[in-house]
Amino acid sequence: MGKTLFDKIWDSHVITDLGNGFVLLHIDRLLLHDMSGGKALKEAIEKGYPPSQPRLMYGTPDHTMSTQPGRTEKTHPPGEPLILSMRETTRAYGIKLFDLGQDGQGIVHVMGPEQGLTLPGTTLVCGDSHTSTHGGMGALAFGIGSSELVHVIATQTMVQRKPKRLRASFDGKLMAGVTAKDMILHLIGELGTAAGTGFSVEYAGSAVRALPVEARLTLCNLTIEMGARTGMVAPDDTTYEYLNGRDYAPKDAMWDRAVAHWRTLPSDPDAEFDREHTVDMKNVAPQITWGTSPEHVIAVDRAIPDPRTGPEEKRGAWEAALKYQGLEPGKPIEGTKVDWVFIGSCTNSRISDLRAAASIVKGRHKADHVTAWVVPGSERIKREAEAEGLDRVFLEAGFEWREPGCSMCLASNGERVPPGKRSVSTSNRNFVGRQGPGARTHLASPAMAAAAAIQGTIADVRKF
Amino acid sequence: MDKFTKVTGVATPLMRQNVDTDLIIRIERLVDNVTRDGLGPYCFEQIRFKPDGSEDPDCIFNQAPYRGAPIILSRENFGCGSSREGAVWALKGMGIKTVIAPYFGDIFNNNCFQNGILPVALPIAEIEQLADEMKASPGNARVTVDLENCTVVSPTGRIIPFQIDARRQHAMLNGLDDIAQTMSHKGEIEAWQAGDKTARPWVWL
Repeated sequence: MGKTLFDKIWDSHVITDLGNGFVLLHIDRLLLHDMSGGKALKEAIEKGYPPSQPRLMYGTPDHTMSTQPGRTEKTHPPGEPLILSMRETTRAYGIKLFDLGQDGQGIVHVMGPEQGLTLPGTTLVCGDSHTSTHGGMGALAFGIGSSELVHVIATQTMVQRKPKRLRASFDGKLMAGVTAKDMILHLIGELGTAAGTGFSVEYAGSAVRALPVEARLTLCNLTIEMGARTGMVAPDDTTYEYLNGRDYAPKDAMWDRAVAHWRTLPSDPDAEFDREHTVDMKNVAPQITWGTSPEHVIAVDRAIPDPRTGPEEKRGAWEAALKYQGLEPGKPIEGTKVDWVFIGSCTNSRISDLRAAASIVKGRHKADHVTAWVVPGSERIKREAEAEGLDRVFLEAGFEWREPGCSMCLASNGERVPPGKRSVSTSNRNFVGRQGPGARTHLASPAMAAAAAIQGTIADVRKF
Repeated sequence: MDKFTKVTGVATPLMRQNVDTDLIIRIERLVDNVTRDGLGPYCFEQIRFKPDGSEDPDCIFNQAPYRGAPIILSRENFGCGSSREGAVWALKGMGIKTVIAPYFGDIFNNNCFQNGILPVALPIAEIEQLADEMKASPGNARVTVDLENCTVVSPTGRIIPFQIDARRQHAMLNGLDDIAQTMSHKGEIEAWQAGDKTARPWVWL
C-alpha cells in the first residue's frame, strides 16, 4: 500500500518507537514568538537544558507589541518585558531573532515561509495553534503548548502519537470572488469545528493544485479551526518556484538535491486515508461567519440561520451566538451594519491579500462610520506594499496603514474592537471576546473585508 | 509533571459545546501575568463577571455548591482553539483537577497532561446523566475520577469506565518528567541527527 504525504514525513522523522502508539519525533524547525519564546527559553535554561540545536530555532516578536506607526517595544508597555526577555535569551544562545524594524520581522507564520525557513518535508513546531499554516509549503507543522515548547528547546524532539489521516479535496475552479479563505471556511461549515480532532489533514484536488503558495498558507492556517493540529498541501512546482532564492532556502547544487527529494513526498496514488471529503467548487461562494465559532458560516448572499430550523444538538449554541452577535435569524446577513474592519493576521496579511483588498478599495473611500485597519504580516510585506503604492491606496480611502504584527486578531497587544462593536476581520477566530471583550467578529476574505469597509455593512464582494 | 491519582468532589455542569481557550483565559492576562500561579481569578472571567467587574449570579461557577468545585462537566470539543497553556494554568488556579467532556481540543488535551490535569473523555449521554445527578442533589452529590482504575463514579454510585493511553496514565500516576525521559534516548537522537545531516544536509542551517 502506498503512503500519504503525512506518513512519509512522519515516518522519516521517527527516532525511536516508545510503545503504546507513541514515538519520539525529530523536530527540524522551532519558531519562537514573544508570547512564549523568551519564557520557554528561560524555563529550559533554568531546568538545566540549554537549547540543544539553536541553529534550528528562529524567533520574531509579533503578539505583544503595538502596530501603531513608529512603534517600538515600549509603545505597548505590557509587552515590553516579553520582547526584552526574548532578545536576551536568543542572543545568549545564538538563536536568530528577526527583531522589530528588521527585514524578517513579522507574524511568525508569515516569517517562516517568507524567509525560506519553512521547507517541504520538514517537521516544524511553534507555540501557536496556527502553526498549521506552514503545511501550505508541504511541511508537517503543528502548534504546541508551553511545556512542549520547553521539551523541544531541550531535546529538538517531541513525544507524539500518530494522528489519523483526512483528505479534503476541492474539485473544480474558484468562482468569482472566491478565495482560499472562502474554501476553508466553507469546508469548516460542512464538517464542523471538531471533524479534524485526532486527524492530520491533506488538502488536495484541482482547485488546491491551482492555488498559489500564499493561498495554500491561508488554507492550511484554518486547519486548527476544524480541530486538526496539522494540515498540508503536497509540494509541487508552484512551491519550488515560490521558495527558490529565498534567504534560508538551499542554493545551487543543494537546491537541486533538495527538490529531487521533495518530489518523492506527495501521497502515492494508492495511499489510503481514514476519511475522505470532497468539496465541489461550484458550491463555494464568498463566505462570512455569523456566529461565535468558525463553523457558524454561510455564503454572503444567505440569510442568518434560524436556530429553530437548525440541528437540535446545536440549537443552544446557535441561540447564544446570535444573542452575543446581536443578530436576527432569517434576515439577510448582507447589509448588516459594520463598525470595524481588520485586514491582517497570519491568515490573510500577505502581499497577495493586501493586493486583493486594495483592488476593491482603489478609487473608493471607506464609509464614514467605519474604522478600517490594514496590518501587513511582515516588515518585508510592508516594504513591498509601500513600493507598489498599496499604502497610498488604503490611506487615501481612509484606512489606517500600520506596522506588522498579530494586532487585532487576538488583541494580545491591547488593540481591540470596542465592546458591542461589529467587525469584519480577515483573521481566523470569531470566538466570544476574541477581538476584545464584547466585540462581535465576522470572518471573511480580504476582498470581502475591504468591501465591507467601503459599503459600511457586510457586503458581497461580487457586486464590486 | 504533577501527579494525578484520584479526585472526589462536586462536578460543575458547564454544558456548552466548543468551550475555547480564549473563553477559559483572555490572552492579555498571559501578557500581564508573569507567573502562571496567579491566573485562577481570571479563569472564565468573561462568563463569571459582568462588564462592571461584579460577579454574574447567573454563571454556574458563582453558584453554591459549584464554587470551588474540582471537576467540570462539559459538551463536545472542550479546550478548542488557541494553544495557550495558560488555559490549563488558569483552570488549575481555579482549583480544577479534571474536566469530563466527549472530546477535547488536541493541543489543550496535551497541555493538560503536562500539568497534572486529567481530561476524561466520556460519551455525551453519560455526561448529561452525570449533570442530571449533580443537579438532582445539590450540595450532596459528588463525582469521583479514579485514574488508577480508569473509572468515573457518579453521584448515585454508577461506575463508568473511561479509556486513556497507557503511557500517559503511567506518566501522570507517577508524575514523570517528560524531558528527563526523552534525555534517556540522547544517543538515539544524536545518531538520527548525524544520519539526517548526510541524507538532508539542506535542513541543517
